[in-house]
Amino acid sequence: MLDIRIPIGLLFAVLGVLVLAFGIATNSDPDMYVKSMQININLWSGLFMTIFGAFMLIWVKMTKKAE
Amino acid sequence: MEQTFDLQWIDYAIMMIYFVFVLGIGWVLKRYMKDANAFLEAGRSMPAWVAGLAFISTNLGALEVMGMTGSGAKYGMMTTHFYWIGAIPAMIFLAIFMMPFYYGSKARSVPEYLKLRFDEKTRGLNAILFAIMTILASGISMYALAILMEKVLGWDFNLSLILSAAIVLGYTYLGGLSSAIYNEVLQFFIIVIGLFPIVYLSLHEVGGWGGLKESLEPIVSNKGFAPDAFTTTWKYSGSATSNPMGVEWYSIAAGLGFVLSFGYWCTNFLIVQRAMAAESPVAARKTPLIGALPKMFIPFLIIVPGIVALVLMNNPTSGFSITDPVTGQPNYDLTIIMLLKHYLPAGVLGLGLTALLASFMSGMAGNVSAFNTVWTYDIYQSYIRPATNDKEADSKHYLKVGKLATIFGVLVSIAAAYLAGLFGNIMDFLQTIFSMINAPLFAVIALGMFWKRTTGHAAFIGLLAGFTIALLHHGLTAPMGATTLVKGGWIGIVHVYPVEMAQNFWTAIFAFVTSASLTIGLSLATKKIKSDEELVGLVYSLTPRSGMNDGKWISRPSTLAWLVGIIAIILTILFW
Repeated sequence: MLDIRIPIGLLFAVLGVLVLAFGIATNSDPDMYVKSMQININLWSGLFMTIFGAFMLIWVKMTKKAE
Repeated sequence: MEQTFDLQWIDYAIMMIYFVFVLGIGWVLKRYMKDANAFLEAGRSMPAWVAGLAFISTNLGALEVMGMTGSGAKYGMMTTHFYWIGAIPAMIFLAIFMMPFYYGSKARSVPEYLKLRFDEKTRGLNAILFAIMTILASGISMYALAILMEKVLGWDFNLSLILSAAIVLGYTYLGGLSSAIYNEVLQFFIIVIGLFPIVYLSLHEVGGWGGLKESLEPIVSNKGFAPDAFTTTWKYSGSATSNPMGVEWYSIAAGLGFVLSFGYWCTNFLIVQRAMAAESPVAARKTPLIGALPKMFIPFLIIVPGIVALVLMNNPTSGFSITDPVTGQPNYDLTIIMLLKHYLPAGVLGLGLTALLASFMSGMAGNVSAFNTVWTYDIYQSYIRPATNDKEADSKHYLKVGKLATIFGVLVSIAAAYLAGLFGNIMDFLQTIFSMINAPLFAVIALGMFWKRTTGHAAFIGLLAGFTIALLHHGLTAPMGATTLVKGGWIGIVHVYPVEMAQNFWTAIFAFVTSASLTIGLSLATKKIKSDEELVGLVYSLTPRSGMNDGKWISRPSTLAWLVGIIAIILTILFW
C-alpha cells in the first residue's frame, strides 16, 4: 500500500519551493508585504513548507532504513 | 470591502498542483482495489495516526471552517465549547468504551452493528435515513463550494459544481475509502498550513492575545456584556443573558456536552468509519484519541482569527468588512474569506484558498464514501441481492456495486446541490434533522452496548419515538425573532427560546430522554430474543476484556485518553 508520507512530503516540498521562489522573486515588491507589517509572508511560508516536506521524506527514508 | 479576489498565476498553480496530487493518490491506490473489502473498508489496514487525522479531517469540512470562524466573531471564545466539552468527552468515550464493540464485532458499518445487536428493522431504519442524509449533506457542501467560487473568484456556478464533483468522483472511484482517507490526511495538513498565516498575522496586528483582549473590551461592553465575555468560556454561563451565546451552563453541559456531542461522535458512521478502517483493535481505539489532540487546538486556527475579525470590523481605519453588499447586514460566513483577502498576498493567498477547497472536498468525499458503504452492505446486500456461498464472486460483485454507488452518490449530490439552490434554508433544515436523529440513535446504541436486556423491538420504537418527540418539540417552540418555519413553531408556539442554539440543545435533550426511557421500559416489557452467546462481542458485560490493555503503559489507548483529558481540562481552566 502507498505510504501517505510520500505524497505529503512531495506536495509540501514542491509547494514550498514554489512559494519560496516566488517570495524571493517578489521581495522588492511592496504589494507582497502584509499591510503595515514588514513581513514577506511568502518567504516564511515557503521556507516552512519546504522544511516540512523534506522532514516527511526523510522520515520515510529513516523508517525504510530501520526496516 | 470588495468581495472578489484578484488571483495571480501562482495562486492557480498552487491549486492545480494540489488537485494533481489528490487525483494522483487515487490513481496509485487503484491497483489495490481488488475486492469490496479493499474498496469499501480500506482493507482495515490504516495505521492509527492516518486514521486519526482522517477522523478529524472528515469533521473539518468547509462549512465547519467558515461557520466556526463566523461564530468566533459572533460569540467569541464560547465557540470553543464545540471543540472542548462538545467533542473531547465523546471522543474519549468512543475510543475507550465503544470502539472495541464496533471494531470487534466485525460489523462493517454502524447500521450493521444495529443489525447484529438488535434486528433487521432497526438496521434498515438507520441505513435508509443515513444514506439519504449523507448524500444531501454532500450536495449541500457542493452547493456551498460553487456559490463561494462564484462570489470570490467569479467562476461560473455550474462549472465549479461539475469540476468539484468530478475531482471527488475521480479519487473516490479510483481508490475507494483508502483514497478518501489518504486525501483527508493530506487535506488536514493543507488546511492547517494554509490557514496558519492568518492566525499569526491577525494576532500580530492586534498586539497578541493581550492586545486582542484590550481591543475587545470597549466593543464587548457596547454589546452589553462584561468586558472579558468574548475571551472566556464558562465565566458568564450562569445566566443566558450575560453571555454572547445566550445559553446557560447546564444546557451547554447536558445538551451540547452530552446528548449532541455523544450523538454525533459516537454514532455518526461518517466519523466512526475512519476508526473502523484502522489496522487493529488497538489502532481503532487510538484513532479518536489521536484525532482529539489536534481537535483541541483547532479553535486557535479558526476561532481566534474570527475574534480578531470582530476587532477589525469595529475599526473604521482597518478597511475590513464582512457586510453583504445586497442586504447591508454582516454575513458572518464570509469572515474567513475576508480575512484571507485582508491579510494574504498572492502565493499564500492561493494556499489559503486551496485549504478552503480542500475542506469542502474532504466533506464531500467523506459523505460519498460513507454512502457507498451503507448502500452496498446495508441496503443492496440486505434487501436486493444477498450474499451467496461463493465468497470470491460476491466480493467482486459488491466491488462493482460499490463503484457504481460512488457514481450514483456523486450524481445525486449534484442534484441535491441544485435543490439547495432552490431552497435557501436546506442547510438549516438538514442540520436540525441530523440532531434529531443522532440523539435517539446514541440512546439506543449506548443502551444496546451496555445493557444486555435491551431488545430489538424496544430499540426500534425508542428510535422512532425519540425522533417524533424531537420533531414535536421543534414544531412547538421557536427561537426569538425566527422568521421562517424551518427554525421551528410550525405546529404552534408554546415556548420561545432566547436563541436558536438553546432550542437545538433542548430538542436533543428531549429526544434523548424520551428514547432512553422508552427503550428501557419496553425492553423490560418485551421478550429478549438474542441469547447471551449471540451478544458476545456486542455487549460490554458479555465480552472478555483480555488484550484490550496489552503492551507497555505508554502505548496503551487508556494512557492516551488520560493525556487528552488532562490537556482538555487545562485548556478549559486557562480560558475559564
